[in-house]
Amino acid sequence: MNLVILDYGAGNIKSIQFAFKRLGIDAVLTNNREDILKADKVVFPGVGQAKSAMEMLNRSGLEIVIPQLKQPVLGICLGMQLLCNDTEEGNTKGLGVFNVSVKQFSNQVKVPQMGWNTVTNLKSKLFNGISDNEYMYLVHSYYAEICPEAIATTNYSQIYSSALQKDNFYGVQFHPEKSSYAGEQLLKNFLEL
Amino acid sequence: MLTKRIIPCLDIKNGRTVKGINFVDLRDAGDPVELAKQYAMNGADELVFLDISATLEGRKTMLELVLKVAEQINIPFTVGGGISSVADVEALLKCGADKISINSSAIKRPDLINELSEKFGSQCVVVAIDAKLIDDKWLVHIAGGSIPTELDLFEWAKEVETRGGGEILFTSMNNDGTKNGFANQALKKLSEELNIPIIASGGAGKMQHFVDAFTIGKSDAALAASVFHFGEIAINDLKNELKKNNIEVRL
Repeated sequence: MNLVILDYGAGNIKSIQFAFKRLGIDAVLTNNREDILKADKVVFPGVGQAKSAMEMLNRSGLEIVIPQLKQPVLGICLGMQLLCNDTEEGNTKGLGVFNVSVKQFSNQVKVPQMGWNTVTNLKSKLFNGISDNEYMYLVHSYYAEICPEAIATTNYSQIYSSALQKDNFYGVQFHPEKSSYAGEQLLKNFLEL
Repeated sequence: MLTKRIIPCLDIKNGRTVKGINFVDLRDAGDPVELAKQYAMNGADELVFLDISATLEGRKTMLELVLKVAEQINIPFTVGGGISSVADVEALLKCGADKISINSSAIKRPDLINELSEKFGSQCVVVAIDAKLIDDKWLVHIAGGSIPTELDLFEWAKEVETRGGGEILFTSMNNDGTKNGFANQALKKLSEELNIPIIASGGAGKMQHFVDAFTIGKSDAALAASVFHFGEIAINDLKNELKKNNIEVRL
């Protein structure tokens, strides 16, 4: 298994690398185009601000590479959001893989949403062995709206898409690498896709 | 629904847990990684590691420990103690810490909060506040609660939020160590005045205290040390009790 984690300067990728290591897989951290293209699986992480993360993607040329990938790709947190059409965070244009917009939570609730919340309406092999209403760990201030590509939904101030899928592209708003055994199961499922 | 969080706090000195720890199943109760694993298995939602080493050597050991914890633990964790610069935080996050917690250094130089949240995102910046109720006023203290300041808890907490702090960890010095419950009125006021999560700390003695911190105090999370370390409250039992009181928890 040749697993690549995109290393473009955004976020705590060590945790993701460690999570795969606990599953017996040594993931490679890289922003090298060739290495990414020939990988079996690609993880697209991201923590931080959308606009600056997008600028980092542009600088590394990854904004061209990512949408063309043919192998299974897993966007995590901001990685998932950047795969969407656009985000209200810094009015940033995304990669347009998922046909949905990312909005900011209203201040009727505490922002960011921080902690464990349930995922429901689970629809993909990515959730094999994970029960409906399982808890996942989330930290975010922006959310993807409900859309046909949703493969999981979560309720915080309103119901939103907490996981998305289109063809070989998967995205999860929560952090599987920090979501205890359920998160481990999801990563295992991704490896088995 | 978003759940309330239960957070055990481990004090670390020179890479080892301090305070007597009463876990029969552990091979080495002084090993923070073993203890953290145990807590994660028993349903802790997050962990806090507070470095109380006073030496440079101790700090280096802390980085090695953070790396080991990140390797082995599958829930989020925060590291606090002796953090005073962007470089300190960068080193900890690189080793795999999810969040960091600052206290005195934020009061001495409030711009630190802005710098950290701009560079790393507010989601990883926890600001810890120790305060004591003196003549009807909650006064913020620094240096582990040993030095009083002129700052009012609520004003300072508001400033922390404005500057980009992602969470407030409020320890009531009046309650800490008493085992008589959390400072629920102050917690409630914080939670109502601020729009970021509030972690209750100081005073946990029995399960009802946690129920109160969530229902009366309106906290988003509750942190405790000794009741967990000495096995007085098992996290699983606590969560079942919270559930019985209609408090949303991860079971």
